[in-house]
Amino acid sequence: MSAPAVPDALRIENLDVMYRVRGQERSVLRNLNLRIGAGETYGLVGESGCGKSTAALAVMRYLPRNGRIGGGHVLIDGEDLYGLSQTGLRQLRQTRLSMVYQDPGRALNPAITVGAQLAEVFTVAGAYSADADKRAVAMLRHVRITDPERVMGRYPHQLSGGMLQRTVIAMALAVDRKLIILDEPTTGLDATVEAEVLDLIDTLRREHGTAILFIGHNLAVIARMCERVGVLYGGLLVEEAPTRELFAAPRHPYTVGLLRCLPRLGLDRKLRRLDTIPGFPPSGAVELQGCIFANRCGLVRDRCRTEPPALSALGGGRSSRCFFHEEAGDLPRVTPPDPVEHVPPGEEHPLLVVESLGKTFGSGSHSVHALRDISFTIARGETVGLVGESGSGKSTLARILLGLERADPGSRIAFEANRRGGTQARHAIQMVFQNPDSALNRSHRVGRILRRALVRLGGLRGEILRGRLLALSRGVQLADSYLQAKPRQLSGGLKQRVAIARAFAGAPQLVVCDEPTSALDVSVQAAILNLLGDLQAAERVSYLFISHDLSVIRYVADRIAVLYLGRLLEIGPAESVFQGPHHPYTEALLSATPAPDGTLRRVKLSGAPPSAMSPPKGCVFHTRCPRHIGPICDTEEPALSERGGGHGIRCHLGSDDLGRAQVDQSSAA
Amino acid sequence: MSLAPALRSGPVRWERTRLLLSTPTFMVGLAILLFWVGCATVGQTLVDPLADDMMNSLLPPSAEHWFGTDQLGRDMFARVIAGSRDILIVAPLATVLGIVCGTLLGLIMGFFPGLVDDLLSRLIEAVLALPLLILALVALTALGASNGTVIVAIGLAFTPQVARVVRSAVMSERHLDYVAAARLRGETAVYIMVVEILPNILPPITVELTVRLGYAIFTVATLSFLGVGLQPPSPDWGLAISENYALIGGGYWWTVLFDALAIGSLVVSINLIAEGLNGALE
Repeated sequence: MSAPAVPDALRIENLDVMYRVRGQERSVLRNLNLRIGAGETYGLVGESGCGKSTAALAVMRYLPRNGRIGGGHVLIDGEDLYGLSQTGLRQLRQTRLSMVYQDPGRALNPAITVGAQLAEVFTVAGAYSADADKRAVAMLRHVRITDPERVMGRYPHQLSGGMLQRTVIAMALAVDRKLIILDEPTTGLDATVEAEVLDLIDTLRREHGTAILFIGHNLAVIARMCERVGVLYGGLLVEEAPTRELFAAPRHPYTVGLLRCLPRLGLDRKLRRLDTIPGFPPSGAVELQGCIFANRCGLVRDRCRTEPPALSALGGGRSSRCFFHEEAGDLPRVTPPDPVEHVPPGEEHPLLVVESLGKTFGSGSHSVHALRDISFTIARGETVGLVGESGSGKSTLARILLGLERADPGSRIAFEANRRGGTQARHAIQMVFQNPDSALNRSHRVGRILRRALVRLGGLRGEILRGRLLALSRGVQLADSYLQAKPRQLSGGLKQRVAIARAFAGAPQLVVCDEPTSALDVSVQAAILNLLGDLQAAERVSYLFISHDLSVIRYVADRIAVLYLGRLLEIGPAESVFQGPHHPYTEALLSATPAPDGTLRRVKLSGAPPSAMSPPKGCVFHTRCPRHIGPICDTEEPALSERGGGHGIRCHLGSDDLGRAQVDQSSAA
Repeated sequence: MSLAPALRSGPVRWERTRLLLSTPTFMVGLAILLFWVGCATVGQTLVDPLADDMMNSLLPPSAEHWFGTDQLGRDMFARVIAGSRDILIVAPLATVLGIVCGTLLGLIMGFFPGLVDDLLSRLIEAVLALPLLILALVALTALGASNGTVIVAIGLAFTPQVARVVRSAVMSERHLDYVAAARLRGETAVYIMVVEILPNILPPITVELTVRLGYAIFTVATLSFLGVGLQPPSPDWGLAISENYALIGGGYWWTVLFDALAIGSLVVSINLIAEGLNGALE
């Protein structure tokens, strides 16, 4: 490395951070060394609890009250952060350092207009107020907000999530900073909005030459954004490498494990289970005996248990904290490779038939068509994936199927179990919720939650109930001792297992899964998806699987339905939806999803989704459609027309003119 | 049940208890309250509040009569100690009655939005527009004054306010997924309200309970003072102040001061406890 003419944007040297929890010190970051050059993007990845966010807070000098620096230095633009006076620190944060938080809605003051908050950044940096306003408008325009003058006068709640995040980014970039920390900046956003925000960050970074510390658990996003990546595990940097090398040939077993958890292209639950990482991340209280990953490592040897490995340089800017890093790629698979015995979806009478289902909220001139003219079927043992942005009506559809919401008159929902009648019908559809925290009653013990479900849904009691309770919890790989626990004593993955067990208590025929893994780490996600697959094979249950993560949908679904503003734009077998021809909207969704190898071909959508209050006339998608063909799109709503093999697309374009998967996209019109 | 090893008991609950025990205001409040509860339970066996001695009426505080004597020559110290009894029976019972009725009403209002909630909400607003004391006075004049009627009157007067607090707590729980899960199991509305939601809204109800208890003590004392609460010859504080306040002009301040201090200390102790609980439970 040649001597740098400009100082590094960030230099972390031997940083130790401790939290004091209930009177005990816990190590959160151990001896962290990190360097981000001027204008470089550096990604920090790891599962929840590994210390990512603590690292960000330490770099902002904004640790919570119970946190403290145990040793080491943080140098920002060559200046020692923890040696600064309060005034110096303020100055640094005003001019050279900034952070974008995960939830833009909470990062802005709800009682002050966006414009005033943005202008304040300039005033603080020394501009006059008239000048600050002018520069704020320019900055909003810079982050591609249309009509910035009007947006200046808006309050945060009047803007969409994507607009808010762009505003926050505008604030972070307002003054030419040396370093910006982005803490999962796109986690709550829809795929198309996420893609837009990432593009924006990338462009602005190039223009301003700002260095970025990008923190995330989404490996695909990191792969797309960053030049170098560091992997954190239990507060230790276990591997560091240029992005391409890291994803192509990881040199630490933990990285290998993480990457294998991702549902990849071509993987299918019928062919193969996903890999997981066995065991749990360390809690931080333990004194290190050997390698921190030893307990979960498939390559562990005696040496790993007694001697902690150092982070050793491997050349080419790579380093790994593993004695046997050459062998990392040979990490044995932990999940049996044999495919789950998959029974193909039944050919007999479909389990669920939905015909011209509609849902209108409100009445008269204020009515909103949340769903219109939805028709589809679900066969026994089949998984139907439901895709759509927020506000598309996914959750409303789920709630109607579950009987929690009533459909408009004229809708027909025929559920096979209904014909057998009685109280059985309602129990035959169950749900796994998105957020396991709110899905489990926090004041009930796990055993009580499951027992009640067995009583109500299974009609069991006495000795049989007790036996079935144990079988049920073991069926979702929940240790018996957890039955005594309250939900808050469990991790997110364990809670989701309880929720799944509860849904399966009464042998349901259809389970609606509403983004069941979006709140979970990738390794936990893999385990939960495997579990759902096993249960389906064992019980021949059907799933309606709602997700915005297309790689997950592709892994689990037999068929896919795409929802936009309450209309079904496309439905068909998973493979043909992914391969194409597909609806222009599906095409945009697919191209907005970054792949872990960093390749991406973008079809960009312009603008935000229109409000469901006043959906566009004609084709609902025409306002954003990149393949808009003329007035017909604006005036006439196309029918959901059959394109062969049970694949329906609601578009005026002929099958030959529609987009296809990336390989032959260039040949399409 | 023969289930595998029990997990550590809830760390959050233990944490809360420890936090409470280390809060000085809470501990001071608790100490004062326990003192009065002690007086209420065993006070009457140690002192005799009714022993009169006309020869020694209206004596100022002295070594023999710490708080002096009243018109009938009764020892004020004995009366203050013993006077804690009735108020500490009536006020808590009235509070519990108000909390129970208010919680039931609040659960129903929060759980059934729309017509039911609208009707009950308007009714409650109408009741709340009347001052608490007026309500209780009217009720007691109609029913006649006794310990029982005081409890009922104050309890019912508290109901609307408690109902409002519970209603808003239920509203924020009702949309959580565990309620949807219970509906999917086909649970009845009563089951969902009582078994699923109620345990999760106990913290605000607990805080409400302590705050209401403070009000109840004050209201009971006020009603006694106005002559529609507890009846003579009870050594009740409010009643004693009512009997003696005409004497202040004659310089017999001790016949009123110590009873007033007793009421004040009890109300303050309850408020200190309420504040501590609020801090620990939020």
